[in-house]
Amino acid sequence: MSSIERKPIERRQFDTLIIGAGGGGLRASLQLAEADLSVAVVSKVFPTRSHTVAAQGGMNAALANVLDDNWHWHMFDTVKGGDYLGDQDAIEYMCRAAPKAVYELEHFGVPFSRLDNGKIYQRAFGGQSQNFGGAQAARTCAAADRTGHAILHSLYQQNIRAKTHFFDEYFAVDLLKDDSGHVLGAVVFNIQDGQIVVIEAKTTLLATGGAGQLFKTTTNALINTGDGMGMAMRAGIPLQDMEFFQFHPTGIAGRGMLITEGARGEGGYLVNGDGERLMERYAPKAKDLASRDVVSRAIYIEVKEGRGCGPKKDHVLLKLDHLGEEVIQKRLPGIRQTCITFLGIDPAESPIPVYPTAHYTMGGIPTNRFGQVVIPVKDTPEEPVQGLYAAGECACVSVHGGNRLGGNSLLDILVFGRAAAKHIIDYLKENKYHKALDEEIINRVVDKVKRFDQQGETSSTGAETVVDLRNELKQAMEDHCGVFRDKDILKQGVEKVEQLIKRMKNVKIEDQSFTFNTAKVEAFELDNLMAVALATIHSAHAREESRGAHSRVDFPERDDKSWMRHSLYSFENGLDYKPVRTKPISVESFPPKPRVY
Amino acid sequence: MKSETKINYSWQCRRGMLELDLLLNNFVNKDVDNLTSQQTEYFDLLLSYPDQTLLDLLLGNSVASDPLIATIVQKIRSTPFD
Ligand SMILES: Cc1cc2nc3c(=O)[nH]c(=O)nc-3n(C[C@H](O)[C@H](O)[C@H](O)COP(=O)(O)OP(=O)(O)OC[C@H]3O[C@@H](n4cnc5c(N)ncnc54)[C@H](O)[C@@H]3O)c2cc1C
Repeated sequence: MSSIERKPIERRQFDTLIIGAGGGGLRASLQLAEADLSVAVVSKVFPTRSHTVAAQGGMNAALANVLDDNWHWHMFDTVKGGDYLGDQDAIEYMCRAAPKAVYELEHFGVPFSRLDNGKIYQRAFGGQSQNFGGAQAARTCAAADRTGHAILHSLYQQNIRAKTHFFDEYFAVDLLKDDSGHVLGAVVFNIQDGQIVVIEAKTTLLATGGAGQLFKTTTNALINTGDGMGMAMRAGIPLQDMEFFQFHPTGIAGRGMLITEGARGEGGYLVNGDGERLMERYAPKAKDLASRDVVSRAIYIEVKEGRGCGPKKDHVLLKLDHLGEEVIQKRLPGIRQTCITFLGIDPAESPIPVYPTAHYTMGGIPTNRFGQVVIPVKDTPEEPVQGLYAAGECACVSVHGGNRLGGNSLLDILVFGRAAAKHIIDYLKENKYHKALDEEIINRVVDKVKRFDQQGETSSTGAETVVDLRNELKQAMEDHCGVFRDKDILKQGVEKVEQLIKRMKNVKIEDQSFTFNTAKVEAFELDNLMAVALATIHSAHAREESRGAHSRVDFPERDDKSWMRHSLYSFENGLDYKPVRTKPISVESFPPKPRVY
Repeated sequence: MKSETKINYSWQCRRGMLELDLLLNNFVNKDVDNLTSQQTEYFDLLLSYPDQTLLDLLLGNSVASDPLIATIVQKIRSTPFD
């Protein structure tokens, strides 16, 4: 491939720039476009190919259509599910807003599944209870097994109608930030032809999704590389609670693909190599519907103690065959075909081999419940960064605390996408004009966009390839920062990640063309993954307790006295901590209790 | 070095679901160069489908009514994984 010169840099101005066109980004952009603001949405893939499309299980809201329910019980479950690390003001806000978020989606055209009486069908998911920890609740609304798809497509259509400006297949590299700390937009490039565009904006919202690609075995698509988190870190913003990474208990063993919790919600259960229903021992009450970290850990222990299944005893089995072909075909058709396609196994006849798989990034860019990115400044733990917002999986508002409940993420992205937009609308009333943007700031960021340009065939030092480094990083994270962790394993992991980051400087990209140069895109993505990995493994190494998804063999108990606080990790300052907001908006706080299911 | 065709496809095969990433990239890496020019046109068309529709077809939940699409789907489904 011959390398050609880049075209001259283009400059554009908008009231708001949104980076990311998943459910979080599109909910926000819709609100803003409807308020007659000029909104640009940048997405590295076509918007309806965003990862939100993969969410099958559904979205939580206490509608009480199937069983008695209310937002306060939902709030309790979320606080408890998050192992008391969630911020209770944000959790109250989200749970109260949930029913309205569902009704809104209905107005936008999402075809929710119905009960015979015409009301929205709600299924039981792990971690849902009535009466503050009592009987199982049924809180998850779904559009068959394509909820994410239905939400994403409806939101996209609404945005087209509202005249949101889309930059499809543009890759955002870095934020523009002036010396006073204001964020003034971002620099992006067109993946198709390499054209660099400087997008100036009075407000910028990061909605770039999660970072599942950190791990070798994951449910996440290839696009989930934590780009927004990497951008934030390079702009001097710490990442919060990154040690809390959710491993979904039921990934297809060895492959990573998700078998949704819905399968257990419909009556499926796990068995070990002795044919025993293992969850009866670990969670006598909730059994197979206990919270995800509890189930993941149970599977890990069974396998580690030699009670796994298969020739290598390296997984357990998820049994569905007793449900009968009709129920499986009607309620879980996607799962059935996934198993047939990738494993050659029909779950209506044989059980599915499963093992925990990296699924959800609880941590992220710290925000308050208005979506503003907040950082510690002197004695204030949460000072808003002017002009910068974050929402969705890339953010940590912290509603999920140490562990997210199934069905709470779609809710999170919609509620806080909307909340961020509301705050932006108010902010723009006070801040009507674009701040001056120095050429020097632009040049600084444009240089970063060109950082992989000169290292083609001619570079003599470039010896590393993106593919090798990425594989090594994912393996290192899997081995050293997985379901079970201890000091030595983590320490070795920290060293490995730091080494990999050094080696990243010598990365070589052979293809220096500008047309669909995915090699270059992958280099930027890997750079982001490296930053996220560093924050994750340092935070995990430092946290000497077990809480939610962060499970330390050497510190098996939760330690509220020392560790009921949020971790923050930045390139500049390393680790720092801030208190959990335990005070809700209008109700009493839920004090920490042992988390038993 | 990847062929031109593979480079053009590599971004179109970045989808919102891991299942699609795996099935499509496996096919593009191993088999896409063997398509006839007419089949290539239909592969392009298939890639323009929404993710969920594509998933349904590639997992066999639904069958394409257009036989030319169905042929491509079959090719993708039968490309073995390593
Ligand atoms: C298999 C699976 C099933 C799930 N099921 C459920 C469920 O049933 N219920 C539930 O509540 N949650 C579920 N989740 C979680 C939920 O789907 C996600 O947390 C949520 O969809 C994230 O939405 P988002 O808007 O934050 O980001 P995403 O939907 O991931 O969107 C990110 C956007 O950012 C863009 N982007 C990223 N980086 C860049 C860049 N550098 N430049 C430009 N654009 C960029 C992408 O193109 C994309 O548009 C599931 C997750 C998985 C993996």
